Amino acid sequence: MAQPFIHTKDLWYSYREDDAHSTPVLRGISLDIARGEYVAILGHNGSGKSTLAKLFNAILEPDSGELTVAGTDLASPELTEDEIFALRREVGMVFQNPDNQLVATIVEEDVAFGPENLGVPSAQIRARVDAALAAVGMSEYAGSEPHRLSGGQKQRVAIAGILAMQPSCMIFDESTAMLDPKGRREVIETFERLNREQGITVLTITHYMNEAARADRVIVIDDGRVLMDGTPREVFANTEALLAAGLDVPQCTALVHALRREGVALTGEPITTEECAELICRALEVQ
Amino acid sequence: MKTIAFGQYYPVQSPIHRLDARIKIILAILFIVCTFLCKNILCFAALIVAALFLIFMSRLPLGTVLRSIRPLIFIMIFTAVLNLFWTTGETPLFEWWRIRIYEEGIYSAVFMVVRIIVLVLGTGLFLTYTTTPIALTDGIESLLSPLRVIRVPVHEFAMMMTIALRFIPTLSEETGKIMNAQKARGVDFSEGGLIRRAKALVPILIPLFVSSFRRADELAMAMECRCYRGGKGRTRMTVPHLHARDFVALVVMVAFGAGILYLNRLGIGYSVP
Repeated sequence: MAQPFIHTKDLWYSYREDDAHSTPVLRGISLDIARGEYVAILGHNGSGKSTLAKLFNAILEPDSGELTVAGTDLASPELTEDEIFALRREVGMVFQNPDNQLVATIVEEDVAFGPENLGVPSAQIRARVDAALAAVGMSEYAGSEPHRLSGGQKQRVAIAGILAMQPSCMIFDESTAMLDPKGRREVIETFERLNREQGITVLTITHYMNEAARADRVIVIDDGRVLMDGTPREVFANTEALLAAGLDVPQCTALVHALRREGVALTGEPITTEECAELICRALEVQ
Repeated sequence: MKTIAFGQYYPVQSPIHRLDARIKIILAILFIVCTFLCKNILCFAALIVAALFLIFMSRLPLGTVLRSIRPLIFIMIFTAVLNLFWTTGETPLFEWWRIRIYEEGIYSAVFMVVRIIVLVLGTGLFLTYTTTPIALTDGIESLLSPLRVIRVPVHEFAMMMTIALRFIPTLSEETGKIMNAQKARGVDFSEGGLIRRAKALVPILIPLFVSSFRRADELAMAMECRCYRGGKGRTRMTVPHLHARDFVALVVMVAFGAGILYLNRLGIGYSVP
């Protein structure tokens, strides 16, 4: 593996409300994420997962430890405004509330906001906006007003707004948490397609197990530390540790584990409903 | 709440809709100047014709346009009455007790009312009805951009306008939600005197303010993440270009102004000072 896209080593961070009481939110996070990976970061509320995402985008500065994103040393005290600017065009971030990240009154104007800030020439902005809206399947809404769109559509516009900056990595900070199931599916399918087709590194921060199960890699954060790191299959096999960290397991995993406890012989760790159904069918055939 | 109108913009295709926003702002200012230049009956006749021409050109339904005058009826009556009774002339037409009405008074009352109507119609037709708020904001930013030299934060001002416009529907939706939540807890907004009703608004305004601050915070972070750092080095997707029609409109307006000045000098009928 060449130089990882995101590298952290023993990363610490605490919110300082006053100097006396600063409880660390991140307590020594070490991980490497390669270019083009599709990673889900799991953790319950207050586990520090969102804080970690904000460090990756230089919204927050780490207290100590190593933090390198896209070749920029974010832990360096000499980090300049221009370096942060350059980093943010590489690493885009989509937030939780779709209403609070759209700036303009017209969809295409909003998508153009990022490239406009980057100083891209007008003709190119047009091309980028059209391409970004097409990539998220929102071309027909180019002239709409954001407040007339559904939550999922607004979130896709927000993704297009980041995409138009042509980043190599996109971080989704609980971007599906406020959406209905349909909107959630729209957003997930959009970023999975971007990961597959455009090779964009996707980091999705979530507490939905079924969402995390779709990623190539799952990192579980608990109490500011990396609890588990591996493929969804590996991580969800360890049901007890997940439950101890205050997290759920995907429904199918829970079902298989419950069956196994009752003495049903099931081999394998299903993470999708189809796999689970197949596994149970096979077990029934054997019986 | 989703049907909230954005300003008064009336989306139809018309020659006035197609004009450049900056030109329309200038035209509106010139038109206002014209209404104040008018002195005699010929001028006001020309002004009325011009206003009718504008309504025709904007393809707006007459009813919509006339409705914009309704809120001003009180002001119009007030000015008319004021002018009618307080303008003095040579020979009173009518005299009763201490009230004297002169011919000049009738003229100036009528002129004032026409002036107000045309003023409101003109600005509405050039600006709010035919220009989207966003185009208007961009137009203002563009026209004021020379002020940047003396360090007026023109871009920031325009950005604030845009964000305000963006969040009007969002916040009005939220107000509705909060009101419903408070109603569900038994707050009554429709009864009691003025003070009681005003007091009932407090439990709406406080959550609204708190949530607005939170929104502002999140929006600022999202904007920073999208590399926003003020107007410096910023480009625009759509750079407005002036077309021949914009120049034609400007020339017509200047010619109209010159025409008004000419009619003033003819000195026909009563002329307001």
